[in-house]
Amino acid sequence: MQETQAASSGFFNGFAPWFMNKLLMGRSWPDYARSLATPFNVMAVAILIVSIPSFYSRYTQGLSSVVHASAEYPWGLLLSWGIFAGEPLYACGFLAATAYYVLGYKGFKPLVRLGVMAGMLGYMFAASYLLIDLGRPWRLYFPMAVGFGPSSVLFIVAWHVCLYVNVQLLEFTPAILEWLGSKRIHKWVVSATVGLVILGTVLTTIHQSALGAMYLITPHKLHPLWYSSYLPVFFLSSAVFAAMAFLVMLMAVSVKYFRHMCDSAFVDSVERNTITLGKGIALSMYVYFALKVIGVAKDGLWSSLATPYGYWYLFEVAGMLLLPAVLMTYGVKSSNMFAIRAASVWAMLGIVLNRVNVNLVAYNWSMPDHFKHITPPLPETLMILSMITLQLMVMRWILNRMPVLGQASAYRDVH
Amino acid sequence: MSSKIKRDRGPRGVVGNGSLDTRGQGMTRRSFLTIGALGGCAAACSAATNASAQQPLGGWPDSYGMLTDFTMCVGCRSCEKACNEENGLPKPELSFDDERVFNEERRPNASAYTVVNRHENPADPDRPVYRKIQCNHCLEPACATACPIHAYTKTPEGPVIYDKDLCFGCRYCMIACPFYVPAYDYDSAFDPKIVKCVMCYDRIRDGRAPACAEACPMGAVTFGKRDKLLELARHRIEDGPGRYMNHIYGEREAGGTSWLYISGVPFTELGFPEGVPDRPMIELTQNYLDSVPMVFTVWPALFGLVYGAMRRKDKQQDNADDEVRSDGR
Repeated sequence: MQETQAASSGFFNGFAPWFMNKLLMGRSWPDYARSLATPFNVMAVAILIVSIPSFYSRYTQGLSSVVHASAEYPWGLLLSWGIFAGEPLYACGFLAATAYYVLGYKGFKPLVRLGVMAGMLGYMFAASYLLIDLGRPWRLYFPMAVGFGPSSVLFIVAWHVCLYVNVQLLEFTPAILEWLGSKRIHKWVVSATVGLVILGTVLTTIHQSALGAMYLITPHKLHPLWYSSYLPVFFLSSAVFAAMAFLVMLMAVSVKYFRHMCDSAFVDSVERNTITLGKGIALSMYVYFALKVIGVAKDGLWSSLATPYGYWYLFEVAGMLLLPAVLMTYGVKSSNMFAIRAASVWAMLGIVLNRVNVNLVAYNWSMPDHFKHITPPLPETLMILSMITLQLMVMRWILNRMPVLGQASAYRDVH
Repeated sequence: MSSKIKRDRGPRGVVGNGSLDTRGQGMTRRSFLTIGALGGCAAACSAATNASAQQPLGGWPDSYGMLTDFTMCVGCRSCEKACNEENGLPKPELSFDDERVFNEERRPNASAYTVVNRHENPADPDRPVYRKIQCNHCLEPACATACPIHAYTKTPEGPVIYDKDLCFGCRYCMIACPFYVPAYDYDSAFDPKIVKCVMCYDRIRDGRAPACAEACPMGAVTFGKRDKLLELARHRIEDGPGRYMNHIYGEREAGGTSWLYISGVPFTELGFPEGVPDRPMIELTQNYLDSVPMVFTVWPALFGLVYGAMRRKDKQQDNADDEVRSDGR
């Protein structure tokens, strides 16, 4: 009780110390400014500055000034990367939370917050990509409030992503409240966690599969090797291992670059949890591979494999799915951290490739000048690069300040 | 009157061309989806079984349509001009009687709801074929299915119209449209919108034919009740053997469209998209949407069960530990 008062009085009476403590990480302005001059920051600022004209012309001249803007190819890499390739990775929050709170993986405790933070942030950034690509971004909330299109799979996606962002925000609230020093709300939010996690499981299942289901309506536009009535299942099952692989890499980056923020429980858990996740990744990759094979068999597409698009399909399914799964198996068997992490990156690239294939490469595959249409123009590429940079910077900002990689000491027994 | 025609048509008639009752069921199905999407549970599940037993959707009864006969079109572009004026669209760079526009293949865009293209005639190189392109006004439009804001409406009269004041510019309708029809005015930063032919909905409601049909000097574009137009098309194909392909495009494509076409050359040679399914596009996503309420009901129970089991295991473990400790004392 006393601590609560101390925290709240600090909140209101001493803004300067609070500001320095919470935002400048306990440093003075000059010290803080000096600490910002790093190679990463120089690169980041350069990318952001170079992309400013693209953003400016998008919002003053319209979409045609930055993307291909064609009637046959309404969506480009901006959405393919920002939404379709990103969201399977951002299932990391759902995955860590469900494993820990519901499935009883007690060892995952140290990485739950990391997963939830990265997932929440990812979803927010996915929504930001929409703010670029929607013709009228200021109407983003329309499917939630103004007009309802319940027969639309995109309506399903919009609603579930919107709800899920809020669920994740609530799941992450304990960390924010610990950072700000509020105990009463903290307790209240923690008690609601299990319900939130189960709701998150429902929402994730639906919207990850819905992203695949969005393409069920394009049977003659999408190449038969990528079009399948299994699309929702493909997207959902591949999100499972993509998210776990993302978690593996989040842990690796955290102990390497944010070690000063990690508590001992986190550092000690990294190796064990990497192997546990590696097992899960390998298993779910084999499941997804089996589904893909069944998909080809079900639609009788064996002969299509001996075409140029067939080779590309084989590259995706053998080269970017089966091979990393084999490497992952080896890594887990020999407890080789490097192999597990390399296989994780490989698997994530495979998922990005799959989503880009569905959205761009295999979509309208028989159109003349197809590859000219799917190559993103420079402004679009710059905007994507700057969004990635921003996302990394915000993630770093949070990791450096909030108790993500270790719980604030005053709250240790609450969770 | 219309029911008589339907009976007369017998087996050759349009399959599932809905009576009012069928249409009513279709609406039930859509409103069921509202419940499902928003997470309604038990009631929705029983509705799901009804939905799967329904007859195929077939569009509004007694609605209007258009018939384009490519064997009659001479490429004068009167329809383009009439459309441009009727809808107050910007004047094009090349005038409507400038033949140079035929040098490249065009498509409807933000400043033209309809365009006419010239195609080589494989049978007679001296007589090119002209194809007029515009929205086909599907009986069960994929754009309306795909729109998350319900900005599109299939009117009982036949036209598929849209409300640009609802559109937020996601362009999923363009992904979904099997005919690549909707265009987007990407050039506008503050007022961009989806653009497509609305079959002169206001004129039809006033009892007039759409502007392009009225303007056509050759009678290549005919306006009328879709049922009648199908009969007319069939008569023309039967009466002029060798003149037409035996195919009324739009009778079945994507579940049937209000705009119908007959041609002397195969439709694929005129740039009509290949592989368009014969059933309404909404049927491709129906099963998926039906499964959404299942997840909402089954998942919490399933994961709740696992959670409960894990808690129980933990408690037993704790009790066992306590016993060990007290024994030790």
